[in-house]
Amino acid sequence: MSVFEGLKFRRVYSPIHDLDPRIKFIYVCAIFTVAIIFLELIPLMILFLIQIPFVVLAGVKREWLRSMRGAAFLATIIFLTNFIFSYISAGPENTAATVEYACALTLRFIVLVESFSVFFLTTSPDRLGLALEQTHIPYEFCFAFTTAVRFVPVLAEEAQTIMDAQKARGLELERGNFLKRIRNYIPILIPLIVSAIRRSLELAEAMESRAWGATKNRTNLYALKMHRGDFYLVGITAGILTVAIYVRLSFGIPSLNDLLGWLF
Amino acid sequence: MIEARDLYFTYPNGVEALKGVSLKIKNGEFVAIMGENGAGKTTLIKHFNGLLKPTGGSVFIDETETTKVTVATLARKVGFVFQNADKQLFSETVEEEIAFALKNFGFKENIIRRRVTWALNLLDLTQYRKTSPFMLSGGERKRVALASVLAWKPRVLILDEPTIGQDHQQKEKLLQFILQMKTQRKTIIIVTHDVEFVAECHPRVILMSQGRIIADGEARKILTNPEILIQASIVPPQITQIFLQLSNLKLPREVIDTYEAREKLLNLLEKKAE
Repeated sequence: MSVFEGLKFRRVYSPIHDLDPRIKFIYVCAIFTVAIIFLELIPLMILFLIQIPFVVLAGVKREWLRSMRGAAFLATIIFLTNFIFSYISAGPENTAATVEYACALTLRFIVLVESFSVFFLTTSPDRLGLALEQTHIPYEFCFAFTTAVRFVPVLAEEAQTIMDAQKARGLELERGNFLKRIRNYIPILIPLIVSAIRRSLELAEAMESRAWGATKNRTNLYALKMHRGDFYLVGITAGILTVAIYVRLSFGIPSLNDLLGWLF
Repeated sequence: MIEARDLYFTYPNGVEALKGVSLKIKNGEFVAIMGENGAGKTTLIKHFNGLLKPTGGSVFIDETETTKVTVATLARKVGFVFQNADKQLFSETVEEEIAFALKNFGFKENIIRRRVTWALNLLDLTQYRKTSPFMLSGGERKRVALASVLAWKPRVLILDEPTIGQDHQQKEKLLQFILQMKTQRKTIIIVTHDVEFVAECHPRVILMSQGRIIADGEARKILTNPEILIQASIVPPQITQIFLQLSNLKLPREVIDTYEAREKLLNLLEKKAE
């Protein structure tokens, strides 16, 4: 469940928290794009390191590390499958290149998780909803989206309780072969889905009894405005994108193996 | 026997829920753990079947340290019924729900069938054998959850908030059921806020506040001591409150149940009449 920890917002204040969520989202999308256009290890490593100052500045190191640890399991699977399959096709003489290729793919995944985790750790669901509304997305959709984001940690907690309840009845999640292990999750998933549906119906009733959707022109107490920090981030994002596209189009990027070969 | 030695527990988010709890619960004892919200009651009982492992100190179940065995091994001895039945029901029929744990523990087919029938009978659920648990009322779902634990006949039974959301009749049945389990020498541990319920069944009361045990003893002694109770955000049972307020009439202070109260009051009236 620790992957979800990375998506859990805590109310703290930092320069990163104060940034306009719209700009932060554009930044995340830019990182996403750059991670997709490179398949070499070195640029992905740079991309990974670029984001660490954001984490430090935002003061969310502990939560961020926890989400990274949560992603470790999937990352291992990505590494192993890629390594095994490329090893089979490339053969044992190319092991170093194969390892580098598998590392690059894994790092790409980690960079994606990293940037999304920073985004969600530093953006409150309220501000996210506000950002959506101000980009003229219909309020119903904004509300549905923010509610979904807000309920991720709640569901994670609930999944934990359900797991405890089933373990107390002798369920061993780690027992049996692969198929049996997947089946072991049925007693967790069904109560989770049932309670999520129950909860959503209750939420709908509670909202309607508080006059949800009574007027067409809904007003907001807060409005998002661009500040100096936001313009800096726009600059940084544009910079990263430009450099990345320029490097992609004009240079051949050496692999880490080649680079080490030249240096030593 | 359940034993906690200087037990400490801190959640990953940094909340220190237990701060040095030591206690022994003997086989066949009936214990009620009470205390304010967040006192650490649920955290404590989750240590008894190994769902939580101590961050300091240790917990022993029959001389076995809980850190050394899996939850499934401990669950065979210690049955745990969660507060909210909806957090565990998933089967298509009540019957399958009750058989779930038995299958997990590897019981044989014919024994499973017999135990399911026995548990359905015990909790008055036989007519719902083939019904989906999701179609039942809240109280019935709670009984299914209880039946699904009792089916493997654990020696220790832990009930987390068993009286919440139950009407008077269901509470009465629960009381009868607990007394019945007591005669079978089962260890029963309940966690509850319901003083009236505790007053009726005279268990040993363990009072917790802010992660520590602040009192441990007979219900009669603890539920009639407002100074201790107030620390755990609990008020004495109504009968006790009346007797405490009338103590200048030379009425005894340690009265917690209605039958006893009636006797004492009749005695007083008879004396006045003479």
